[in-house]
Amino acid sequence: MEEPLLKINELKKWFPVRTGFVKSMVGGEKLFVKAVDGVSFDINTREIYGLAGESGSGKTTTGRLILKLIEPTAGKILYKGKDITKLKPKDFKPYRRKMQIIFQDPYESLNPRMTIGSIVSEPLHVQKACKSEREVQERVAQALDEVQLTPPEEFISRFPHEVSGGQRQRIAVARALVLKPDFIVADEPVSMLDVSIRAEVLNLMVDLMEKHDVAFLYVTHDLALARHLCNRLAVMYLGKIMERGYTEDIIYEPLHPYTKALMAAVPVPDPESKRAQVVIKGEIPSPINPPSGCRFHTRCPQYIGDICRMTEPKLAHVGKDRYVACHLYSEKT
Amino acid sequence: MFTLKVEDLRTYYKIQRGYVKAVDGVSFGIEKGQALGLVGESGCGKTTIATSLLRVLASNGIIVSGRILFRDLDVVKLTESELKEEVRWKGISLVFQGAMNAMNPVLKVSDQIVEAIQLHEPNVEKQEALERAGKLFQLVGIDPSRLEHYAFEFSGGMRQRAMIAMALSCNPEVMIADEPSTALDVIVQAQVLQLLRQLKERLSLSLIIISHDLSIIAETCEKTAVMYGGKFAETGDIYAVFKNPLHPYTQGLLGAFPGVKAQKTRLISIPGSPPDLLKAPVGCKFAERCKFAMPICREIDPDLIEVEKDHYVACHLHNKK
Repeated sequence: MEEPLLKINELKKWFPVRTGFVKSMVGGEKLFVKAVDGVSFDINTREIYGLAGESGSGKTTTGRLILKLIEPTAGKILYKGKDITKLKPKDFKPYRRKMQIIFQDPYESLNPRMTIGSIVSEPLHVQKACKSEREVQERVAQALDEVQLTPPEEFISRFPHEVSGGQRQRIAVARALVLKPDFIVADEPVSMLDVSIRAEVLNLMVDLMEKHDVAFLYVTHDLALARHLCNRLAVMYLGKIMERGYTEDIIYEPLHPYTKALMAAVPVPDPESKRAQVVIKGEIPSPINPPSGCRFHTRCPQYIGDICRMTEPKLAHVGKDRYVACHLYSEKT
Repeated sequence: MFTLKVEDLRTYYKIQRGYVKAVDGVSFGIEKGQALGLVGESGCGKTTIATSLLRVLASNGIIVSGRILFRDLDVVKLTESELKEEVRWKGISLVFQGAMNAMNPVLKVSDQIVEAIQLHEPNVEKQEALERAGKLFQLVGIDPSRLEHYAFEFSGGMRQRAMIAMALSCNPEVMIADEPSTALDVIVQAQVLQLLRQLKERLSLSLIIISHDLSIIAETCEKTAVMYGGKFAETGDIYAVFKNPLHPYTQGLLGAFPGVKAQKTRLISIPGSPPDLLKAPVGCKFAERCKFAMPICREIDPDLIEVEKDHYVACHLHNKK
């Protein structure tokens, strides 16, 4: 089997909670927001890997950890077999060139005072990737061409506010692309865009994957879009992966009660279809004191007793590349 | 018999360079206990319809023509005091977009609801208003003890519920919900949509739901109107419009909205961007982005015509005359 491009192993990020001065002197337990709490998966080349979950599930943090935009508390990130977790920023720089990110909000992520040309060329300058200014210009034009901002000359001297939201996000894609990376984290790249133009950004991702072998980690809360885009999918809840596997399998046969609830809650653009069901009550609990045992047990409609409350279920292998962290399934293995 | 009827409404915004025709000739009616879904891209005029109905437009917004008929009154012609007396909150209420930020962070939630009640019904005592707020909280599924909390102590879903409770505080006949579930998680979104359906039935409430998300409209409404460039491109019964979309724009929107269990496909986008409503193109406003555009589309703006029972479309492709 081909070695995965990225291997994430038991990745953790605990953010310390700031407490008052007195409290910190008196002592007592130090509190942490366990944003990501032991997450493992791998991403292959030529793959769009989906990371789905509600807000506060830790999906964005996971994306940023992989790029080392934040330092992980524990765990390992292997890029093409090499452990990059502990690399110093200086040593990480060559890897940075290979791993890029597209942020959620194209209205915030592009500097309004920079022209589109300088936004897209900045990574090249930072990385000193080109020998001459002419090469920079060529690479920028090529990247803009790739994201269908054509003709590039027309866009290079314009400012972000002069173009539409969809075009802005394509600029962000071009900026990520200009260094010819082989892995891009796309953090909810279309949630700020109008429905009618979402597809143009998403299809662009598919094309880049197919043409240039770029792998994506697609962070989303929208299962419908994930289903049409991703090859494999991991569903996160409170910093843990509840279920992962091939998207088709998960969509048509969700196993974890949380995945089932998510699937049932997705509204369908068809008045004849069954109305979205509310299977679980309430909202996601605080990650500062996540529930004991299975984190989902407080809301789980298939709660089977003390075991759920006491013991944390392990991610069990239940089928072809299919893993579920639930006592309903771990018993069988 | 319509609870609310809008006839040829035109609302423009005056800016230095001229008039932005945000709503440009829109007509519809809503019956008691019925929900109408207004759907379209940002800037198509959905929210302007909502603010026109309550006459709470931005200061440069003007209702140029048209009638808004509600309880034998024409809302367009009412004075400020009549509006407060008859329409706002007591007749038509609005759940503002962005529940996260729509509440005052320095006032307790109870004070805000009591304020809304007493503003529109001055002879209600504070105690009575508080009791009513407690009942409303129960109705929307929040524990009444939470009334004494501040909005920031509420989760996103609870804030949206509290906003809905506030909108219901003076027993309106019509409630407008502007993007009621954007920024909410899937599960919370499903909870809010379920609440809206229950309220509609239990209180025989007429609803106008504004959303860019077709699936939310499909979940909650009986009728829908697809807006483009300040006009209705297609409107009618939800089954007719969703099952047999006739306007290329509706088709495009539906194509951009894949069902989660539908066949895996390449997503369809609608190329181009919405028209500039300051200097809208002659003819059909969608022609620029339409793959079926014919010469006539760039000359004459198509009328909204009835193609089958309760299904109207404004497109030259379907203008059989």
